[in-house]
Amino acid sequence: MKNYIKYLLAGIFFGIVLIKSEVVSWFRIQEMFRFDSFHMYGIIGLGVVVAMISIQIIKRKNIKDMEGNAITIPPKDPKQVTRYLIGGTLFGFGWALTGACPGPLFSLAGAGYSIMIVPILSALAGTWVYGKIRPSLPH
Amino acid sequence: MELIEFLRQPWPWYVAGPLIGLIVPILLIAGGKLFGVSANLRHACAACVPGDIEFFKYDWKKSGKWNLVFVAGTILGGFIGGWLLSNPDPINISAQTITDLKALGISDFSGMLPSDVFNWENVASTQGIILMIVGGFLVGFGARYAGGCTSGHAITGLADLQLASLLAVIGFFAGGLFITYVIYPFIF
Repeated sequence: MKNYIKYLLAGIFFGIVLIKSEVVSWFRIQEMFRFDSFHMYGIIGLGVVVAMISIQIIKRKNIKDMEGNAITIPPKDPKQVTRYLIGGTLFGFGWALTGACPGPLFSLAGAGYSIMIVPILSALAGTWVYGKIRPSLPH
Repeated sequence: MELIEFLRQPWPWYVAGPLIGLIVPILLIAGGKLFGVSANLRHACAACVPGDIEFFKYDWKKSGKWNLVFVAGTILGGFIGGWLLSNPDPINISAQTITDLKALGISDFSGMLPSDVFNWENVASTQGIILMIVGGFLVGFGARYAGGCTSGHAITGLADLQLASLLAVIGFFAGGLFITYVIYPFIF
């Protein structure tokens, strides 16, 4: 269990940032899709830049993880264009309908918005159905 | 107490963005883990209702236990951020968005969600079913079909310059824009 405390702490940090930055706000997501504010673009954009610089440093300095193993990021297969475009679009439908992606769904539930249990359970159902019909979907 | 007062204010994008970006190296260095929240939905299915489905036949404890712990932390962080450090004022949404949403019939701008729409009484209405149940379903289905969600593709994948993630993010926005501009007028 001791090995997992660092992940719990990272998750707590993430949950607090999601709330305090208002990324969890349904209104902020609407504002983003209506191009009325820079807020969400600034957060995602700077998040990507900071993550990108960090990954480059880790790769170039061959930094090992805390367990002493080399850090590798498995590449996603870019030949599977269909799954990314169609799957991505379906996810975008859900993102705009619920006004939340998975991180915020959980963070909002923790913040006392118990109604978020409904989209969380639905998302579990969606994941399960995907697993069920996966062999017949184009990827 | 001044620190608490300071933390209760909303954090600006130029503070929050880098903090979210830092989750990527934190998890990589903690144990070579990749930041991606929606994978937990798969782990939960594999743990609870694997059925006889190939996609859920893997060692979820080995590959996913850390991530389920991470998401438990996210819920706890939501509690801390939303209760102990909550901002008492309404969110400072752009005036244009407020005007547009009022035109759709939304009147409560006080919390993180419009309570006139996202409430238990509304779950079984056509609007509630589309927004909460269909919406949630598509979040789960789409995220696994695309192989990741906002954290896995838009943050981690783009930061690692993966073409696949760029395609997925294009899809995220195409889908979101379609719902916002074409579908919303019919469901409000």
